[in-house]
Amino acid sequence: MYAFTYQRPTSLDDAMAMLGDGDAKLLAGGHTLLPTMKQRLAAPSALIDLGALRDQLSGVTEEAGGVTIGAMTRHGEVAEDPIVKRVIPALAAMASVVGDPAVRSRGTMGGSVANNDPAADYPAACLALGATIRTTKRQIAAADYFTGLFETALEAGEIITAIHFPKPEKAGYEKFRNPASRYAMVGVFVAKTAEGVRVTVTGAGANGVFRAQDFEQALAANFSADAIKAVKMSPDGLNSDIHADAVYRAHLIGVMARRALDKANI
Amino acid sequence: MGSGETMLVAMTVNGKAVSRDVDPRTLLVQFLRDNLRLTGTHVGCDTSQCGACVVHIDGNAVKSCTILAVACESSAVTTIEGLAAGGTLHPMQEAFREHHGLQCGFCTPGMIMTAVDMVNRRGPDLDEHTIREDLEGNICRCTGYHNIVKAVAAGAQAMGETAFKQAAE
Repeated sequence: MYAFTYQRPTSLDDAMAMLGDGDAKLLAGGHTLLPTMKQRLAAPSALIDLGALRDQLSGVTEEAGGVTIGAMTRHGEVAEDPIVKRVIPALAAMASVVGDPAVRSRGTMGGSVANNDPAADYPAACLALGATIRTTKRQIAAADYFTGLFETALEAGEIITAIHFPKPEKAGYEKFRNPASRYAMVGVFVAKTAEGVRVTVTGAGANGVFRAQDFEQALAANFSADAIKAVKMSPDGLNSDIHADAVYRAHLIGVMARRALDKANI
Repeated sequence: MGSGETMLVAMTVNGKAVSRDVDPRTLLVQFLRDNLRLTGTHVGCDTSQCGACVVHIDGNAVKSCTILAVACESSAVTTIEGLAAGGTLHPMQEAFREHHGLQCGFCTPGMIMTAVDMVNRRGPDLDEHTIREDLEGNICRCTGYHNIVKAVAAGAQAMGETAFKQAAE
């Protein structure tokens, strides 16, 4: 990786001030950023390590019937948190299949959501559950937040502090992993919420996470795997690569959606 | 790679306080191997997939190829060299020896550090399915998983008995 200067702020204000310099990047768990830097696909001039802010920015609280999770909370902590497990078990289950155990003990929710990798798990959960991304400047609805491949509504100098997830009536997540990288080739999060049914897909869209609206319509009256058996997902706008072509990914979306629904309906 | 400015990092490794001047780019695994000469921690894939570099930071198993040494300031790191007490192998090491849980041995340090973490998180009664699932991030290129899984199960039991004995004493 290319050289950078390293900074470890002890307050959010300091972190924001440091972010103003050149092309500085925030370091949370580093489990996407560091591999990207090793490949020289990213070369920030400075890394601002949020490690010293971990106490301030992590933890789970129950709020307005849902859960609020600090940005620096690690995947393994979300997976094992008694509040998350009780209020939104599907979210804990999703966190329990991010990467592998060692990745989950370092990688953070905020890092994943800030990076918006098109194959990451959290974007699907945020969009399906109607989460609110809280930053140092404002609150952003998940629907407005994920704007494309590795692109988000975050502005320069803006830091995610927490994410609030409203409690769904029912929810489930299932993914088909790439056998080598273990990233989602297709991941589907289904949720029955006060806003209606949401079916979100990660890993497959050429433009990142998206809602599968044909499935949502079919599920509005009957939230079960049977209701989408006959619905065909179009391969238009899906990724084709050496791992799977768009037609196969379209097929997998249907299979993963049905399995996620079965989990949601247990 | 051009040389940048160095900075001082201090941490505890295997119970010993250490500090070194390092380039901020130094990965924890490089710090352990190159600066401290603790070469038991291996670099396999260098892409956080194979698990040969697993060490514990503050009690949690992590991939040391994907962590900056400078980010470990004030942390307590345990490597494979720090497991055995004196001349006695750790129960998990002993179980790998007893059950021949290795072929070429390259993945073994990471396997053992992951296995110890597994027991710390889940307790000593591990079924085969759980062990295989939790070894997701550790790859054995010899594909010697069968004996590794047996070794982890036996090592977990032995760790449970040791903890029980210590509690009784």
